[in-house]
Parts: sequence; C-alpha cells; structure tokens
Amino acid sequence: MKLEPIDHALRAGEHGAAAARAMALLIRYGTACGADRFIGIESAHIDGCLYHGPSSIDFAQRFVELGGKVRVPTTLNVAAVDVTHPGWHCGPPEIIAEQETLTRLHEQLGCLPTLTCAPYQRMARPRRGEHVAWAESNAIVFINSVLGARTDRYGDFTDLCAALTGRVPLAGLHRDEARRPAIVFELPSIEAARLPRDLYFAAIGYVVGRRAPGIVPYLRGMPLDATEDELKALGATGASSGALALFHAEGVTPEAADMPTAGVLVEAVSPAEIEAAIASLCQAIEGEAVAAVCLGTPHYSIHEFALLNRAVAGRRRTAATEIYVSTSREIAAEVAGDPAFDALRAFGIHIVVDTCTYLAPVVRQTSGLILTTSGKYAHYGPGNLGRRVALMTLERCIRSAEAGRVAPC
Amino acid sequence: MLIHGHALIEGLASGDMLKLTEPLSLWGGVDLQTGRIVDASHPQRGSMLANRLLAMPGSRGSSSSSSALVELARTGRAPAGVITTRSDPILTIGALVADYLYGAAIPILVVSVEDFGKLQCGPKGHLWCEAGRAVLTFPEHEPLRFENPSA
Repeated sequence: MKLEPIDHALRAGEHGAAAARAMALLIRYGTACGADRFIGIESAHIDGCLYHGPSSIDFAQRFVELGGKVRVPTTLNVAAVDVTHPGWHCGPPEIIAEQETLTRLHEQLGCLPTLTCAPYQRMARPRRGEHVAWAESNAIVFINSVLGARTDRYGDFTDLCAALTGRVPLAGLHRDEARRPAIVFELPSIEAARLPRDLYFAAIGYVVGRRAPGIVPYLRGMPLDATEDELKALGATGASSGALALFHAEGVTPEAADMPTAGVLVEAVSPAEIEAAIASLCQAIEGEAVAAVCLGTPHYSIHEFALLNRAVAGRRRTAATEIYVSTSREIAAEVAGDPAFDALRAFGIHIVVDTCTYLAPVVRQTSGLILTTSGKYAHYGPGNLGRRVALMTLERCIRSAEAGRVAPC
Repeated sequence: MLIHGHALIEGLASGDMLKLTEPLSLWGGVDLQTGRIVDASHPQRGSMLANRLLAMPGSRGSSSSSSALVELARTGRAPAGVITTRSDPILTIGALVADYLYGAAIPILVVSVEDFGKLQCGPKGHLWCEAGRAVLTFPEHEPLRFENPSA
C-alpha cells in the first residue's frame, strides 16, 4: 500500500501509541482488502460497543491504556442492555456491569454515547459523497443508499481503528466502480403485490438481500413516495437476509439517476416470491397466544412513533401481551415529554432505549409468540432469543395485542 | 484433491470440513456459548463450528460478526480456518483481531465458485494460506507436509 505522510505519521506514533496500533491493524486489513491507499473520513459509527463477551472489553481496553482518542466525530451503536430499566433485563445480571464498562471505555476514547442503531435520521447525518466509517449493517445500507454517503461494509474493530486514525483503506463501497449496480430488479408495484406498505418494504428487502449476495442492486418500480422509514426497513431486512450494503432505487435514492444500467442483467421479482418471503417470516397460527409485540428494529423514529400513536388511539392492549418499542434516549425523551403521545401511554407501551429487543432479553413471558413489523427482527429473533417470531403489519400487531392472540389477517 | 485460491488471511489450519450451502452471519447465526449454528432459517442449523474448516459461500448479515469470530476464538470455539468465495471485510478484521488479542490464527482462503462447488462436508482438510501460495488439500488425495513447507 502507498502511504501518505499522515499515514506514515500515524503509524510511527506521532499521533499517539493508540493511533499507531490502530494504523498497523488497518494496514494489514487494507492489504487483505486489496486497497492501494488510504483516504480520510468525516465520521465513524461504532458497532463494537455492543457487549459480546470479554473480548469486547479486551479490545477497547488496549486502546484506552494506550491513551487513544478518536480523531473524527464518533457515535455509538446499541448496547446489550437498557441500563435505564435494569428491572426489564431478563438475561445474566453480570451483563449490565460489563456493558457499562464497555460503554465507559468507548466514552474515554471520545465516542459519543448515542447508543442507537439509527443516529442517521437525526443526530448524525452523513452528507452525500462524504467518506465515513460506519458499522452496523442497517446503518451502512441506509447512509450509503438513502443519504449517498460512502462507507464500506465495516465490522466491529475496523470501525474503532478508523475512528482512532481518521483513515480507512480506499476499498469496497468507497470506490466509484463498486457503487455501480450489478443487477436490476424489476419490482412489482404495491398494488400488484397486493400488500400493505409496511409488509411490502420488509418483503422487498428480504428478497433483494437474498438475491443480491455481495452485489449492488438497482431497484426499478419502487413507489416514488417511499419514506425514509420505509427505506430503513427495506435496507435493514436486506442486510439481515443477505449482505445488502447499498441499493439504488429509481426515482427515489440520490445516486440512482447517475448509475449506468445499460447492459446490466435485469431480473423480475414476482409477487409470488414476495408472498413466499412473507410466509417464511410469518408462521403464526390465527388464535395463537401472543407474548409480546416488538417494534423499533431498527430504532423507531419520531415519525414512526407518531404513526403508532395514531394507530393505537382509543385502544388498549390486553395485560397478557406486552408491547416494546426500541429507540434512542433522545427520541424516547421527546415522546415522554410530549402530551401528543398520550395515546401510546394509554395503550401500555414500554419504550426500551440503548438496546433492541431482538438481541436483549426483555420479553418476560416465556411462552407465546413475539410479533413484529420488522423483517430484521423476524430474521434474527428466533436464533438470538430462542423464541418464535412472526412478521405482520402494524395494524394486525395492534389488533393481536388487544386480543392477546394472533388476530386474523 | 488440491484447490488453489487467494489468501485473505495467512496461516495454517487443519480440520474436518463443514460446508455451508448458504452464507451465515456469525453474529445472530451462531450461539457464542457453544459455537453451534442457531440461525432458524439456515440449512446447516445445529452444526458446530469449533475447529472445523468452515466453507461458506459469500457473506451475510451483521457488523458484529467480527466480534462473534473473536469471541469464539477467545473461548476456543472458532473454526480453524475459513474458505469462502468472496473477500469479506467483516471476517477479515475478525481474523486479524483474533490474532492481535489472543494469538489465534484463523486463515481465510478465497476460492472460485467452481472450486467451492467441489468441496464436500466431512473429510479432513489442510489449509495453507500464505502470500503467493494458498491451497486447500485433502490428505487422502494428496498429502501436504507442513513441517517443511520448502520441501
């Protein structure tokens, strides 16, 4: 790799021992990725702050001991527990202290404890064309596709090394060539698919993620009025069912108009395929007991809270079915302080912060189904929690929560 | 059988082949306490990763898969080596950090889709990944002496 003066300086320890150590790892990483040089980044989003075991702490601790400080604005992804509601945590109790240690280590390195997987909707919004180093699969696909910023598909540890140096290898989706579509998918319209909007976007994400492994798809036929929240749901699901890190949607996403599609393989996505995807993610039996409805994977936006508030107005959940919505502390505080959201409180919703209910064990009841509107939750929930999970529309989730049982379609 | 590829991460490894028919997200797809595949939708659900040569067609899923690989390495439940069809940034950093923190080498070999198709679950394989020479062999077909690589 060809190093610029700043890279040499970082490696030689002129910006501290932690940056030198991070740079050494990045050079090995960049060489493996086939990069020939480094570029600067404007921000980083760290996924390695989610506690997985002692190795999470071992890594951050080394950089703290070396006196490391991030060189670009750096936000933190979700944690393993909601430390503001320790009573809700049903997992091993020692995780709470271990997670607090890990979060504190990242704060010592200068990271902002945002503890959200969707900071991009409000707190930290990378601009089009800006190079950044973001981890968390849903955030990667969102900022690449919807905002037109440039991040590769970073994993834990690369994110922190990038933040500590302000540098990344010029590889993957930082490069123009890698952002071009390798396949065009002709999507059925919402009308042709005969689906409610929320299921449509989750199902499209699921199918596209599986059919575009490691390549950039160009989506033709997406509703032009697709909202940020809907694109967030599509990307998060595709990043779970596959490795979707960037998609272009004709007439919708910012880079789509500049992308060459002539000569690119064109394939149709059929309504039947979408139906099959939904069937695989929703194996609920009507009338089955429902333990909980879990929303907010990725973290709910203020707009999604407003939609939910409207949907539950004048209704009440049964005591047998809990409702959890995961979001950031920032958005939770806004909801808590605004009487316009009283309908949510009357319905009996628990707002989980810092973490997400698809990875943190907060659903207390041990039997019964978990319902969700999130394709990502439906994909990971069964493996992470050992629970049965079913994807359905928000409207059907709410009716099921009122009845305590899976409501009819 | 001898399969040539490109060394993403250098090192030597031996183990019984575990060939996956679909990509796997190590985070969310593997129980880190046991090293068992728990992804409900995965065809090889229930298989154990520890000390196997893990053949995986492409990549899937979470940024946390690098942490999952390191945590598996820390507890001795990581695959001995990985064979894949596409360079994967998340596995790459996981293998580098497993080495950095715990001295656990997890070589990664990238092979063609065609060669990947020849792999089978079960037999013991040897992975030899270094710059310029990256091969996977199966000793019943063609023994490879690691003791003296220059021979």
